[in-house]
Amino acid sequence: MAVTYSLSRPATALVAVLLLSFGSVAASHIEDQAEQFFRSGHTNNWAVLVCTSRFWFNYRHVANTLSVYRSVKRLGIPDSHIVLMLADDMACNPRNPKPATVFSHKNMELNVYGDDVEVDYRSYEVTVENFLRVLTGRIPPSTPRSKRLLSDDRSNILIYMTGHGGNGFLKFQDSEEITNIELADAFEQMWQKRRYNELLFIIDTCQGASMYERFYSPNIMALASSQVGEDSLSHQPDPAIGVHLMDRYTFYVLEFLEEINPASQTNMNDLFQVCPKSLCVSTPGHRTDLFQRDPKNVLITDFFGSVRKVEITTETINLQQGSEIMESSYKEDQMDEELMEPLKYAEQLPVAQIIHQKPKLKDWHPPGGFILGLWALIIMVFFKTYGIKHMKFIF
Amino acid sequence: MLDEPQEQAEGSLTVYVISEHSSLLPQDMMSYIGPKRTAVVRGIMHREAFNIIGRRIVQVAQAMSLTEDVLAAALADHLPEDKWSAEKRRPLKSSLGYEITFSLLNPDPKSHDVHWDIEGAVRRYVQPFLNALSAAGNFSVDSQILYYAMLGVNPRFDSASSSYYLDMHNLPHVINPVESRLGSSAASLYPVLNFLLYVPELAHSPLYIQDKDGAPVATNAFHSPRWGGIMVYNVDSKTYNASVLPVRVKVDMVRVMEVFLAQLRLLFGIAQPQVPPKCLLSGPKSEGLMTWELDRLLWARSVENLATATTTLTSLAQLLGKISNIVIKDDVASEVYRAVAAVQKSAEELASGHLASAFVASQEAVTSSERAFFDPLLPVSLCGMDCLFFCPISQHSTLMH
Repeated sequence: MAVTYSLSRPATALVAVLLLSFGSVAASHIEDQAEQFFRSGHTNNWAVLVCTSRFWFNYRHVANTLSVYRSVKRLGIPDSHIVLMLADDMACNPRNPKPATVFSHKNMELNVYGDDVEVDYRSYEVTVENFLRVLTGRIPPSTPRSKRLLSDDRSNILIYMTGHGGNGFLKFQDSEEITNIELADAFEQMWQKRRYNELLFIIDTCQGASMYERFYSPNIMALASSQVGEDSLSHQPDPAIGVHLMDRYTFYVLEFLEEINPASQTNMNDLFQVCPKSLCVSTPGHRTDLFQRDPKNVLITDFFGSVRKVEITTETINLQQGSEIMESSYKEDQMDEELMEPLKYAEQLPVAQIIHQKPKLKDWHPPGGFILGLWALIIMVFFKTYGIKHMKFIF
Repeated sequence: MLDEPQEQAEGSLTVYVISEHSSLLPQDMMSYIGPKRTAVVRGIMHREAFNIIGRRIVQVAQAMSLTEDVLAAALADHLPEDKWSAEKRRPLKSSLGYEITFSLLNPDPKSHDVHWDIEGAVRRYVQPFLNALSAAGNFSVDSQILYYAMLGVNPRFDSASSSYYLDMHNLPHVINPVESRLGSSAASLYPVLNFLLYVPELAHSPLYIQDKDGAPVATNAFHSPRWGGIMVYNVDSKTYNASVLPVRVKVDMVRVMEVFLAQLRLLFGIAQPQVPPKCLLSGPKSEGLMTWELDRLLWARSVENLATATTTLTSLAQLLGKISNIVIKDDVASEVYRAVAAVQKSAEELASGHLASAFVASQEAVTSSERAFFDPLLPVSLCGMDCLFFCPISQHSTLMH
């Protein structure tokens, strides 16, 4: 034992230096490799956001979905890549004290409905069949492009569902249910047709974990707001609107997402810690056994944002000028262009004049006879009722 | 260089072996790869002549035709992912048609009055390239000009060269804010390739793109797999001398198209060939595409189509096998028969080397199988609430690998 510790000083120094240099070389190599593994294989992002409830007292489910929609848009996924399914009966509901708004924070801090919401499936179109058709792609040819999920084998898809659920099923619009087996089969069909690269499934309902129990296709990660046998609770009622505005799990997920910007390096393990039992009352769960990469290597923006992979273009092609015939036609085009009147863009509108116009002064007219007569009548009635002694308080 | 009397059939290759001391090739070069499916290999007088010449021919043939990595790239989504190679992610998937959109982005029309002869450039440079590629699908080309379209990222000022730059980390965030204004995806169901030419505003001119090491990129352009490319076009500082704004800017379409066509090649997966040592590679013809590169693309596409069609038919069979009694409409059945026949025909044609007909048959196979699989009248889900009570518990069916 003593022998191992009796290395002479220069030798130890030499060994240390060698180890350091070797370590730095290895570290840079490992860093390159780590960068490789960190990167997912996707080139585009899609999001399917579903709110399965209707009726005024399910306001919070619509607010949930719209808040996730806002975050996903903020982080870069364009509307053309988002399929939003809502009953959409909140903003214009006769019971809404603030029409055309849906709030997600009490005291009406944040209107998540806004001006540029694009709802793809609204009202009675939100059915189990339409949802499964969107996922599997078995859509009638007349369906417009905005209602399709045109993902390919390099798409990362985020699927968020919220509503009322139970052990193994999720209610759609109070009239039908989707079971966890149907959902698992739909995902399997998507996998067989390579309609996704990786899929993140988030569900905020009662007994939400039961919905991801049956998944068996690869590359799926799932999060739920509560375990089997537990209820997911709502967050805060707003006394002015009269309903609960959001559910707890989604509320804390959104607080978490507010910290994320498109360049964030936050990973999935942080998302799993969101909403512990002390805040959520229910126990959020997650499932990562079907996922190939380690969750700590998966960036939040891999699913919630749309960060493109770019490469610098280093090559060019040599284009020859072409034959003489083509050159002469090129010159003709040039002459035609110069003969045309050049259109100037900047001064077409006298914008300065329009903006700085002063409002016209309206002439003042004295009040007409009708108004005078009305006031005289009011004053007469007043004095008749309360007696003339009050006149000294007025004049 | 050589007189080619007859058109070479697609998928074929002709190799000429010349004498050892012939002056046809430069003295130190052993072989030459031409643009039109021909190659020249230098012979040798040696005991092992046949072996050596044979090896050289094999090297040339591998550079010009189908090899394992081309096949691997074509079948990338059916193979287990253990390599994260960028080459495999880049090419567009095989499709019946493609839409190519050229957009000119002018964020500062008060300073720059930009004119680009896009119609002429498309006619002169892009159309010949697309005609050469026409066997791979239908192409449609659009163009547009967008005013007041900014990049989403603020460029930084580099005082050393008194210019602005965007470094590699900012590039991924450039595309998203612009994309919603492009409007290209609303039009067709074919995949869309966007090529953007950005003329930076006067306050941020000149603008260069820097690579990882901080050096400005020669082409001043970058591309994104399966999306398209962006090139930054700096206005020559001499044109500002007149000091009357807006300055008329005439875009040099040759320079622009050289970059865009190179990006188009990369996005289609036409990689630079792996040239064997001591080999002279002729430049591409004026179209920008050598005919044997097209052959490689068609081979890769045929294999990819066959894999897709086979997978689709298999999963359709699995889906229908789970339902014991189902009524299938006649046209779905006929599509399935047609798909199977097309797959067989394509495989036969590939085996006998008839590339053109094999590719057409493989496209037919994919179309028919997709039509059968995605028929809207097939049941979407196999069981409803009954599942909770009656369906068997085991759901882990065997997956296709």
